[in-house]
Amino acid sequence: MPKHVVPRLLRAHPTETWLVIVLAVICAGLSLTTTQFLTVANVFNLLNTSSVNLIFAVGLLVVLIAGGIDISFAVAASVVQYVAALALAGIGGGGWLSGLAIAALAGMTLGAVNAALIHYFRIISIVVTIATFNIFFGLLMFFTHGVSIYSLPEWWTRRAVLFEYQQANGTWAELTLPVLIMSVCVIATWVLIRHTTTGRQLYAFGDHPEGAKRLGINIAAMHFIAFGWLGLMAGIGGLVQVHYAQEVVPNALIGRELDVLAAVVLGGARLGGGRGTVLGCILGVFLVSVTQNGLNLLGVSPYAFKMIVGAIILAAISLSSAPLGQMLARGRQRWQS
Amino acid sequence: MTDGLSPPMMNGKRAGWRAFDAKPGAEAIGLGLALLAVIAVFSLLSPRFLTLATFDSIAFQLPELGLLTLAMLMPIISGGINLAITFTANICGLTLAWVLHANGGSDAGILAFLLGAILAIGVGTGSGLVTGLVIAYTGAHPILVSLSMMIFLRGLGEFLTRGGDISGFPDFIQPLGHGSLIGLPVPLLILMVAVAIWHVMMSRTRLGFSTYMIGSNIEAARYSGINTKKVLVLIYALSGAMCAIAGIIMVARFNSVRVGHGESYLLITVLACFLGGVNPFGGFGRVLSVVLALIILQVLSSGLNLLGANQHLATALWGLLLVGVMILRWVSGRLGLIMRR
Repeated sequence: MPKHVVPRLLRAHPTETWLVIVLAVICAGLSLTTTQFLTVANVFNLLNTSSVNLIFAVGLLVVLIAGGIDISFAVAASVVQYVAALALAGIGGGGWLSGLAIAALAGMTLGAVNAALIHYFRIISIVVTIATFNIFFGLLMFFTHGVSIYSLPEWWTRRAVLFEYQQANGTWAELTLPVLIMSVCVIATWVLIRHTTTGRQLYAFGDHPEGAKRLGINIAAMHFIAFGWLGLMAGIGGLVQVHYAQEVVPNALIGRELDVLAAVVLGGARLGGGRGTVLGCILGVFLVSVTQNGLNLLGVSPYAFKMIVGAIILAAISLSSAPLGQMLARGRQRWQS
Repeated sequence: MTDGLSPPMMNGKRAGWRAFDAKPGAEAIGLGLALLAVIAVFSLLSPRFLTLATFDSIAFQLPELGLLTLAMLMPIISGGINLAITFTANICGLTLAWVLHANGGSDAGILAFLLGAILAIGVGTGSGLVTGLVIAYTGAHPILVSLSMMIFLRGLGEFLTRGGDISGFPDFIQPLGHGSLIGLPVPLLILMVAVAIWHVMMSRTRLGFSTYMIGSNIEAARYSGINTKKVLVLIYALSGAMCAIAGIIMVARFNSVRVGHGESYLLITVLACFLGGVNPFGGFGRVLSVVLALIILQVLSSGLNLLGANQHLATALWGLLLVGVMILRWVSGRLGLIMRR
């Protein structure tokens, strides 16, 4: 029944539906007020610039679903960048495949460190990852002395255009390699959590660890898969960020963890585990980046971006939690009667 | 657990914690021993460690981190967190700077300073109040609420200052950051007063008791007649007020305000709370243990500094120390279980 689609969607995916509505309103407003927003170049630009955050976000989503939290992944990505730069110089340059392999391995190792501390010593994830945040960052800055690396293999920093399109005004709209890598990561995460037994087990474990344990789910595997997956995404995201920025700066990603966390939780992933979707995650990331992009096009001072983004998130959670939820519930009853 | 009268002994939510809660002070004794061990190691490594100069460096560096940690402590004990503390302190510093500048900059009088300080505390309390209201009345997770408040305040500060420094303050505020009174540094005295207030509040007042109860089980607290919403709002407002004090001290110590100053303290304050035995889920934790943990962290960093290592190595060691202490707690929890059998 098409008439019942909206209430059913609201009941099944309240956060996602709510975010789609907000995002649609913002996009419609920006399309009407600016001439540049709804152009191919701008949409491609949005995708290019959101790639790294979205790769981190789907990784963090898996940990949140499994009932954990991770503060250390952005710093871990910085460590991976440095390790990869040194290792690639050691093997004489390498290529995308060897680069991805090194980044994936290094990232998963760091994720496994978190998982091991959480699982074997029963320390909760926020304590572990705040400790490893300091350990990773302190050691990285200590050994590198905060020095950046600019001489990187040529393949790593060369812009790789996947698809280009000449617009009516003659400028080129380009879709770059990070978008492809991001799409693969997003789809892989979606398959993992929606279409595998492991994925169902991650939800079950996040929702009720003791119950999952009594069902015979392997708890150690859950910890290592969740944090290993985030480590993998952190490694890949780190590699892509270097491709984008064309340099390795040891403290470039610090602070990113909290921005990504805000976007993922905004997308409906529950702190405490058991709930969260890839779609919500994408919507959360894009709500933030579309807002910033729109403010930019509207000519608002860049210094005001974060203030407005913060205010929007604060307003979104205030509205979406209590009063709006009740309003929707009333609306639902009216619909059904 | 039958005589559970003092707040930290009221609840056995997690078996691992009972070993410590059963003996009040066991946590503090452990941390005291750790502090003595750290001091002993550094005294052996460097003859210059046990001097007044080291004490001075610790005493002047501890207060900012200490005041911010107190601001973090109450929300964590209540089962939440306040990630906006560092930028609240920045915004409060900006408020003070703005009032001073509006009244003649470096020629501003003492009244302008007092007005600025009162306004700064008002701004800090206000931003905490908003955080508390959203947490209490929407039921959204404190991490998300305080995180968006942090992003908002950081943006507001960057918008107002355009990322630059603000300086040019009257000379008489310098002693707040650098002066000494009866042989003790003024910022340390301020920290000591703040610690005393927090300790009394958490262990002797209704508000403190309610904070522990909310951290243990917010529904049970509500059913036993505690106005949980009001208490939550108060907790975050007080946290914001404490940030304001830290912000004012930072203005005096650096003679300038920059948004982002002290940003790296944020996760260190959480680390200090956990090191001091505060339960990450809330409900347990003592002010004095956390102060001991803070002193350990500062001694470690000052000692390493003296040996020629940089702050980054100290940061890494802080993380390792937290992991080490958590593993030790796990071992002792295990031993406790075995002994009881």
